[in-house]
Amino acid sequence: MQFDSMSDFLNMGGYAFYVWLAYGVTFSSLAILIISSARRKRKVLTEIASKQAREEKLKESRGKKQ
Amino acid sequence: MKRGISYTTAFMTLLQRDLRIAIRHRGDIFNPLLFFILVVTLFPLGIGPEPQVLTRVAPGIIWVAALLASMLSLERLFKADYSDGSLEQMLLSPQPLVILVLAKVFAHWILTGVPLILVAPLLAVLLHLDSNSYVALMATLALGTPVLSLLGAIGVALTVGLRKGGVLLSLLILPLYIPVLIFATSAIDSASINLPYTGQLAIIGAMLIGSLIMAPFAIGASLRVSTN
Amino acid sequence: MWKWLNSYADPERSYKLAGTFLPWFVCLAIALIGVGTTWGLLFAPMDYQQGDSFRIIYIHVPAASMSMAAYMGMATASFIGIVWQIKAADWAAASIAPIGAVITFIALFTGAAWGKPMWGTWWVWDARLTSELVLLFLYLGVIALYASFEDKVLAARAAGILAIVGVINIPIIKYSVDWWSSLHQPATIKITEKSTMTGDMLYPLLINIVGFGMMIGAITLVRFRAEVLARNGMRPWVRELATQEVSK
Repeated sequence: MQFDSMSDFLNMGGYAFYVWLAYGVTFSSLAILIISSARRKRKVLTEIASKQAREEKLKESRGKKQ
Repeated sequence: MKRGISYTTAFMTLLQRDLRIAIRHRGDIFNPLLFFILVVTLFPLGIGPEPQVLTRVAPGIIWVAALLASMLSLERLFKADYSDGSLEQMLLSPQPLVILVLAKVFAHWILTGVPLILVAPLLAVLLHLDSNSYVALMATLALGTPVLSLLGAIGVALTVGLRKGGVLLSLLILPLYIPVLIFATSAIDSASINLPYTGQLAIIGAMLIGSLIMAPFAIGASLRVSTN
Repeated sequence: MWKWLNSYADPERSYKLAGTFLPWFVCLAIALIGVGTTWGLLFAPMDYQQGDSFRIIYIHVPAASMSMAAYMGMATASFIGIVWQIKAADWAAASIAPIGAVITFIALFTGAAWGKPMWGTWWVWDARLTSELVLLFLYLGVIALYASFEDKVLAARAAGILAIVGVINIPIIKYSVDWWSSLHQPATIKITEKSTMTGDMLYPLLINIVGFGMMIGAITLVRFRAEVLARNGMRPWVRELATQEVSK
């Protein structure tokens, strides 16, 4: 352990702003990337499902006309 | 049945056709040139008219303006042929696409690159370019502008089928132009302090040869994608 | 071999294969990055010159090295997609591009945040910085080109050509800027010399590099699966998945 206390760790030997800025931006941009990637699958599937539903509706209405 | 023509004939025919079309629409030649001159004149107005400052930044200004002028004029390289269908005829012709593409790019360079090289010394005078640097400026432009045309043509070929190609084109092409810019301005700077600049010229020459060999294939492949 | 490989080009099989690999990549990535970052932040000895600011290295170097690796991966996938017409490779390339762009951005940003206390400036037109910036532009170009085609088969082809052309550009930029700045700048600033690194400082760095690689792999798999589904919306197995998803 290189740091004596929590405040010492947070202080980062006087470079707190730069170190925590770098880490913060890194992990927040990674988090945004990961969340948006993870949500894509569900989004794609719901889009496909709604398209399917639309097609079925079209088929039904055509069937009624005949 | 198949009346083949030699590769040279195909190349010359297409070259002459493009040149003739351009001469009939003279704006295509003069507008990029005017743009080039205008961009260069904007810089002294923006930076201030001190000769020392201008001497220092002149190579960069001239080269950046050349990049932009080349990019803007390239946008029309395949557009007309694409919209009237002659591009598809070219893709279907028995001649290798590489030769036809080279002819088109060469025509483009004659129409925009050469006038640019001819005007450049004039602008260099206006920007108080160091007197040692004129030869270097001309040499880098002579070797560099064909590279710009060749690399740019790849980007144009990729975006020709898209309706909104303009901004996208600059995003695709400008990163590819950076090496040429770096070496060209470095050569001119070396020349201004009487250092040898043949090394930089040799590298631009190598880029020219490399892109002359590789780019036509990439352009051909991109055209096939775009016209599909 | 060829037949075996081609069987994985089938969308359903590649989707499932990506699904089986995914948990491994996720676990390894979380474990490695967790260990590497904690070790780097808490236990690695302080750099005698740079003090604690050097701890940025544990995200900066992995991001920088992986940004190049991801580009090579993307270009290789595009090459395979174009030459052998394997669509799964095209989808893989399309899924790597945004990840690579984010990683490159991270490398640039952490570099700037490290440069400010050490060099006194956020940005220097140094060889590495400039080539990394150009790499970001190349990624953005590929993404923009892929997004601007309606037909995604064509889009992948076009973006692939651009990615491959960009590969040739990367070493040129790297060396050209080296030369260029050596003419104009008095001595470029070297990032930590390898020899000065003790094991205690080096191991967490290596762990984090591998961890970042695994993380990129994991996110690529996630995006790849979504991309496979999006491109195969008409196939029955995808439709089945879609109905299951909605009824959930």
